[in-house]
Amino acid sequence: MIFDYNVIWDAMPLYLDGLLTTLKVLLISLFFGLLAAVPLGLMRVSKNPWVNLPAWLYTYVIRGTPMLVQLFLIYYGLAQFEAVRESIFWPWLSSATFCACLAFAINTSAYTAEIIAGSLKATPHGEIEAAKAMGMSKVRMYRRILLPSALRRALPQYSNEVIMMLQTTSLASIVTLIDITGAARTVNAQYYLPFEAYITAGVFYLCLTFILVRLFKLAERRWLGYLAPRKH
Amino acid sequence: MYKLQVQDLHKRYGSHEVLKGVSLAARAGDVISIIGSSGSGKSTFLRCINLLEQPHAGKILLNDEELKLVAGKDGALRAADAKQLQRMRSRLSMVFQHFNLWAHMTALENIIEAPVQVLGMSKKAALEKAEHYLAKVGVSHRKDAYPGHMSGGEQQRVAIARALAMEPEVMLFDEPTSALDPELVGDVLKVMQGLAQEGRTMVVVTHEMGFAREVSNQLVFLHKGVVEETGNPREVLANPQSERLKQFLSGSLK
Repeated sequence: MIFDYNVIWDAMPLYLDGLLTTLKVLLISLFFGLLAAVPLGLMRVSKNPWVNLPAWLYTYVIRGTPMLVQLFLIYYGLAQFEAVRESIFWPWLSSATFCACLAFAINTSAYTAEIIAGSLKATPHGEIEAAKAMGMSKVRMYRRILLPSALRRALPQYSNEVIMMLQTTSLASIVTLIDITGAARTVNAQYYLPFEAYITAGVFYLCLTFILVRLFKLAERRWLGYLAPRKH
Repeated sequence: MYKLQVQDLHKRYGSHEVLKGVSLAARAGDVISIIGSSGSGKSTFLRCINLLEQPHAGKILLNDEELKLVAGKDGALRAADAKQLQRMRSRLSMVFQHFNLWAHMTALENIIEAPVQVLGMSKKAALEKAEHYLAKVGVSHRKDAYPGHMSGGEQQRVAIARALAMEPEVMLFDEPTSALDPELVGDVLKVMQGLAQEGRTMVVVTHEMGFAREVSNQLVFLHKGVVEETGNPREVLANPQSERLKQFLSGSLK
């Protein structure tokens, strides 16, 4: 088998554009996903069923259905309704980029909410008692003790979620976005070189994953140092 | 005038009554040791004072201000006014058996946290205070260490500094040396003895008979949820009246 380097080399601008699209979709959906996940995670540890139940239902439905189905529902499904097409949201909802970001953000927010809730529940009981005994209000206790400690301890699991999300963004190519996978599809369609096209895409994802893993290692060293073995 | 008064405190878990009317009164400078076998209710009693446990009946007064309590659905009392409870808790700092330092903060951060966040002290003033108390308990050299990187004795002394930084009216100690290795107990007891000599008001749940006898000026022996015997520690320990206390003391090495 001969690997056709020339085609790939010529298609490099297409791949680099795709890389930017992948990064854009990933960062936007992670940002808004995390933003929603913190309150959702807090709701999930509430003892009040009126607070807990909606968050539980949300994470259950989102985690209980495939990402691709959610993406199709938002991108194709919503367009079916005239009310949606005539609403002020249509300029956004007709954009593939917006729909992909929305679907991914919703998806990651549900998974991340459960990670944060699990981490909150694992807070040592004594630390909560100490906060209470010092006279902290509930809000202050969450803001100063529970959340900072839970978010740090959630880092290793969250890094996993971020890497999963990176791979998941490849679904965006199905709703016409030219991300890394979209670039590979285009190359394949033009030259019928599926192996070259997709192996190149794979290498891009591998490099991105490597960078993400390194970044999270640094973050853990910075914020989770207190769990590491004593060095001096 | 009493700094801290606890009157006729009752507490039960389900149908099991662990405190059957326990009272205590501490004047400024009093050091009260509460002793008793495990299951006697001594830790529960201490934890009811700052409402970490909910009593079912009784009164708690700090500087003659009564903590307003209301009964919940299950009969347990909770604070009627969350703000009042927070204010009273901030003046009653507690030292725990398992230290309960905040693991993600360094020793210094642990100490300044509540003064800054609860008392509204400036960060600079809180840091000065923290350095002062860290030096006092003898762990200045560990000020930037995380709790997980410190020995038990160091952690407990940091926890005492954290409690001191609140400048509390009364300090509550819940078996502060029970989780420590024998050779580390002395360091912590010495710090506590120093605090007693400064005239701080302390209520100490302890198994250390030496501390109870030498440092405290009042001893309370709890048995099955009632105060079985109380008085001057030297007299009570040298000449126990009740059968229970005799039994309890014969089991300990003194």
